[in-house]
Amino acid sequence: MSTTPAAVNQMPREHYLNATYGIRSWLLTTDHKRIALLYLASVTFFFFIGGAFATMIRIHLLTPKGLLVTPETYNKLFTMHGVAMIFFFLIPSIPAVLGNFLLPIMIGAKDLAFPKINLLSWYIYLVGGCFVLYSFSTGGLDTGWTFYTPLSSVYSNSAVTPAVLGVFINGFSSILTGLNFIVTVHTMRAPGMTWFRLPLFVWAQYATSIIFILGTPVIAITLLLAGMERMFHLGFFNPQLGGDPILFQHLFWFYSHPAVYIMILPAMGVISEIIPTFARKPIFGYSFIAGSSIAIAVIGFFVWAHHMFLTGESTYAALTFSLLSYLVAIPSAVKVFNWASTLYKGSISYDTPMLYALGFIGLFLIGGLTGLFLACLGLDIHLHDTYFVIAHFHYIMVGGAVMGYVGGLHYWWPKITGKLYPEFLARVAAVTLFLGFNLTFFPQFILGYLGMPRRYASYPPEFQVLNVMSTAGASILALGYLLPMIYLTWSMRYGAVAGPNPWPATGLEWQTASPPLTENFDVTPEVTWEPYDFDNRPDLGLDVKGAPSLAHGTD
Amino acid sequence: MQSEIPLYPEQASNFAANVDALMVYITLICVFFAVAVTAAIIFFFFKYRRKDPAEVGVPIHGDMRLETAWIAVPLFLALTMFGWGAVVYVDYRRAPLDTLDIYVIGKQWMWKVQQPTGLREINELHVPVGRDVKLILASEDVIHDFSVPAFRVKMDVVPGHYNTMWFRPTKAGRYHFFCQQYCGTNHAIMGGWVTVMEPTEYSAWLSGSSDASANPIVAGEKLFVEKACTTCHLSNGTGRAPSLNGLYGGNVLLADGSTVTADDAYVRESILNPQAKIVAGYQPLMPSFQGQLTEEQIIDLTSYIKSLQSQPAPAKGGGVAPSMGKK
Amino acid sequence: MHRTGELYEQYRTMEQQRETASLGMWIFLSTEVLFFGGLFMTYTLNRSTYPDIFSEASKTIKLSWGAINTVVLIGSSLTMAMAVWASQAGRKKALTWFLIATLVLGTVFLGIKSIEYHDKYVEHHIPGWNFQFEPGADAATNAHTQLFFSLYFGMTGLHALHMIIGAGLLIWLVKESVKGRFTPEYNTPVENIGLYWHFVDIVWIFLFPLLYLIDRH
Repeated sequence: MSTTPAAVNQMPREHYLNATYGIRSWLLTTDHKRIALLYLASVTFFFFIGGAFATMIRIHLLTPKGLLVTPETYNKLFTMHGVAMIFFFLIPSIPAVLGNFLLPIMIGAKDLAFPKINLLSWYIYLVGGCFVLYSFSTGGLDTGWTFYTPLSSVYSNSAVTPAVLGVFINGFSSILTGLNFIVTVHTMRAPGMTWFRLPLFVWAQYATSIIFILGTPVIAITLLLAGMERMFHLGFFNPQLGGDPILFQHLFWFYSHPAVYIMILPAMGVISEIIPTFARKPIFGYSFIAGSSIAIAVIGFFVWAHHMFLTGESTYAALTFSLLSYLVAIPSAVKVFNWASTLYKGSISYDTPMLYALGFIGLFLIGGLTGLFLACLGLDIHLHDTYFVIAHFHYIMVGGAVMGYVGGLHYWWPKITGKLYPEFLARVAAVTLFLGFNLTFFPQFILGYLGMPRRYASYPPEFQVLNVMSTAGASILALGYLLPMIYLTWSMRYGAVAGPNPWPATGLEWQTASPPLTENFDVTPEVTWEPYDFDNRPDLGLDVKGAPSLAHGTD
Repeated sequence: MQSEIPLYPEQASNFAANVDALMVYITLICVFFAVAVTAAIIFFFFKYRRKDPAEVGVPIHGDMRLETAWIAVPLFLALTMFGWGAVVYVDYRRAPLDTLDIYVIGKQWMWKVQQPTGLREINELHVPVGRDVKLILASEDVIHDFSVPAFRVKMDVVPGHYNTMWFRPTKAGRYHFFCQQYCGTNHAIMGGWVTVMEPTEYSAWLSGSSDASANPIVAGEKLFVEKACTTCHLSNGTGRAPSLNGLYGGNVLLADGSTVTADDAYVRESILNPQAKIVAGYQPLMPSFQGQLTEEQIIDLTSYIKSLQSQPAPAKGGGVAPSMGKK
Repeated sequence: MHRTGELYEQYRTMEQQRETASLGMWIFLSTEVLFFGGLFMTYTLNRSTYPDIFSEASKTIKLSWGAINTVVLIGSSLTMAMAVWASQAGRKKALTWFLIATLVLGTVFLGIKSIEYHDKYVEHHIPGWNFQFEPGADAATNAHTQLFFSLYFGMTGLHALHMIIGAGLLIWLVKESVKGRFTPEYNTPVENIGLYWHFVDIVWIFLFPLLYLIDRH
C-alpha cells in the first residue's frame, strides 16, 4: 500500500462521522469516537474562556498599578482562569479527547468497556461546567483555584458555592473515565495484544486512570465538606469553630498534586507515540518508559505536602516530602533521556507532530528541572508563592501538556477527520507557539527569584520590565494557539484526503480507515508484532534494508 | 549594585548568601542537563534528517547500562540538592534560643507589629542588624504569609495557631516585605517595609517612641482583671486555678501525667481551649474565651503572664500548680 | 436498547462481558473507599483533637437504634448473599424472595435512620439549624460538638444515600428476577449489585463503632 500523500486517496464511503445523522445521533451516541469529539468541542470552549481570562490578566499586569481592572476583578480573573483551565480543560483534554478516541482502537477493541458510562461522563462534565459557568456569571469567584479555607468557606463574598459544586460534580466525570479506561485495558485487548505490546500511549492512559480513580474521590469529599461549611456554617476548616485550615490543605493537595500528573502523563504518552513514528524506529527503552509512567502515578501520591512546606508543618514531614519529591522527578528524567536516545540513528522527518514533540521535550525539560528548585526545602522558603512557581507549572502544563495535546491532535488529525492539515502553516504555528511561550514565561522565573508574589493585582515598579516582556510573549503565544484552531477547522472541509496511514505509523489505529468505521474493525485483529517495529512491517511499504535488527536489548 | 534587570534581591540576612549559593548550584546542574539534552536533540535532529521518503531508522531497543547510569547519576545529584536544602531548612525552622521576639499579626489587609516593649507599628518592622530576631505570627482571619525577599525568608500566618520564623539581618537598610499567601481583595497591597538599623539606633528608636498605655504588660494586666481571670488564678495559689507566678517558661505537669512547656502557644491554647490540657491536681473548670478576645488581646495577656515569671511562686501546698522548675 | 442477559456489541464473548462488569464494580468500589476515606480521615483527626467532646456528643445518640440497624444490615447482607447463591443455583423463586427480603431490611434500616434523624432534630443537634448541644452550653462547646454532629450527619448521610441507591438497584433486580432473566449462566447484575450492597454494609460496620461506641462501658 502506498504511503506517499501524492497517491490518490479516497475518503472511505462509510465511517463513524456519516454512519448516522442528526443531533440525537450525536447527543445520544455511545460511540467512543463521537464522544471524543463532543469532549473536543467542550474542552475547546473552556480553553477559550480560560484563555480570555489569561489575556486580561497579562494586559492588566502591564503597569505596576494594574491597567485594566479593579483588584477585586483581578482576583476573580486568576481564580476563574485556574478553575476553567485545570478542571475543565487540562484534566479532561488528552484523556477524554485523544484517549477516548484512540484507546479502544489501539488495543483492537470495538469500543470501551462501558460505552454508556462514557456518554454519562460527558454529561456529568457538562453539568459541572454549567455550575461553574453560573458561578462565573453571577459575580465570579475570587478564592484562587485552590479554595484555601477559611477564605473560601467563611470570608469570600463571591459565588463560591456553585463553583465548588461544579468542580465536585465534574470529578465524577473523571472517575468514570478512569474506571472505563482501566477496565478496558484489562479485559478488552484483542488476541495477541499482550501488556508489553501495548502502545506507550495506552500505558500512559492506564497510569493516569489509576490517579483518576484513587485521587479524585478525595477532592470530591474535600470540596463537599468545604461547600457544606460555607452553606451551613460548620467548622471543619474554620479555627473559630474548632476546625483546622491546614486539614483542608492536606485533603486538597492529596488530590491536586497527583492531578498534575493526570495532566502530564497523557501528554508524555503522546510524545512516546510521535517520536518513534517520525524517527521511524522503535522507542528506546520501552519498558522503562512504560514503568516510569506507573512509577510517577504511584510516587506522585506521596508528595502532596511539598505545597505546604511553610504552613508550619513538622520539619520531619517537610524532609520526607522533599525527599519523595526528588524521587518522583527521576522517572520523568528517564523518559526524557529515552526520547532523546530514540532520535539517535533515526530517520527523522520534520513534520509538525515531531516539532511539537521536540518542543515538548525542551519546555518540559525546563519545567521539570525547575521543579527541583522548588522541591529543595532551603530554596522553597524563598520561592514559595512567587512567580517562580507560576513559571514552573506553566512550563509543564502549557509548555508540556498543551503542546502534547496540540501535537497529538495534529498527529491523529488524519485518523479522526480523514483529512490532512496544511503542513507549512502548521510548522509556522508550532514554532510561534514555542517562541511565544518562552518569552511569556521565562521572565517569570526571574520575577519569582526577585520576590514578586503571585496573585498580585499590583506590584512594586521595579518588577515592570519583566512583566511587560511576559505580556509581549503572551500575544505571540495567543497567535500560536489561534492558528491551529483556524487551519484545523479549515482542513475538515478543504484538507487533502489522508488515507489510512499517511505517516506511516505502526499502531493498530493506523490499520483502520481514516476516518474509521463506527465499530473500528470489521474483523477483530490478531496482533503478532511488537510496537514501533518498523523493521518487521513490510505492509508499511518502507525501505527496510533487510539487515537484522540490533540486539533486542532490554525490553 | 543591581543592574537594569537584577537577577536576585539584595542579600540582607544570614540566610541570603547560602540560599543564593544553593540556587547557583542547582541552576548549574539543571543548565548542564538542559544544555546537554537539548544539544543532543538538536544534533540528532540535523544529523539524522530523513534523506529518502522510504528510509527507516536503525532499531535500537535499549541499553541497560545507559538506563542505570541515567537513573543513578540524577538520583545522586538529587540527593545532594535535597541534603543542602534540608540543612538550610532545618536551621530555619529551629530558632536560636536567645532571640529578640516580635509579634506580627496579619489581618485583612494590614500588618500589626508589636515590639517587645509594646511599641506598635503598622505595615512596618524595625529590627536591629546583627541580632537574631524571631517573629511570632498570628492571623485574625484568613491565612496570610509574611515574606521578606531580601532575607530569603517567609512563613505562613495561619489562623488558629502561632507560626514562628527567625532571621538575623546583616545589612542596614530598608527592604520590602509582602503578604505572600492570597488573602482576598487587597492581598497585593498588604505589604510594607522592614527597616534594619544599627543596634544603638534601634534602641534609641524603641525607647524614644514608647508609650505607656501601649505597654502590652499593662494592657494585659487590665484584661486579666476585666475578664475575671483573677477570680480563680489567685497569685497565692489558693484559688480554683493554678497561680501564674513563675509559670511562663517552666514545665507544667498535666493531669494525664505528661508535662508541657509553658510557652506562648500553651498560654494561647489554655485561654481558647482550656479543656485541651488540664493541670494536675485541678478540675476542668475554666471556661473558653474563644471568640471573646482578639489576637492582640491574647498577646497582651501573654505579655502580662510572661512578666509574672519573675514573681515569687507560691509556697508548696494548698492548690499550687506543681512546677518542675525552669528550662 | 438491550435486554438483560444479551451480549453487548463491544464484547466478543459473554465471558468477557461478565469479567468486565465484575472488574468495573470492584474498581468502582475502590473509588468509594477513597471517597469515604477522606471523610473517615477528617473524623479521625477531629476525634483525636477533641476526644472528650466527641465522647460526650456520642452519648446523646441512642445506642439501641444503632445496634438494631447493625443487625438489620448484616441480616440484609446475609439475604443478599443467599440471593446470589440462589441465582447461581437456578432457584428463581428463592432468588426473588431473597432480593425482596434484602430490600425490606434495607428499608427498615432507612426507616430507623429517619427516626434517629428526627430525634436529633428535636434535640437541636442538627448543625447549622438552631444548633444547641445542651441548654446552657457555651459557644465553644457548641462549636466543638457541632463538629461531631456535622461528621455524624455527613458520614451517616452519605451512607444512607448509598443505601437509597442500593434500594433502587434492588427494585430493578426484583423486577428482572420476576421476569426470569437470571440463570446460572447469566447472573452478573445480581453478583455485582451484591458486591455493592456488601460494601455499603462494611462501611456501616466501621461507622457504627466510630460514631456510637465511643467510651461506652
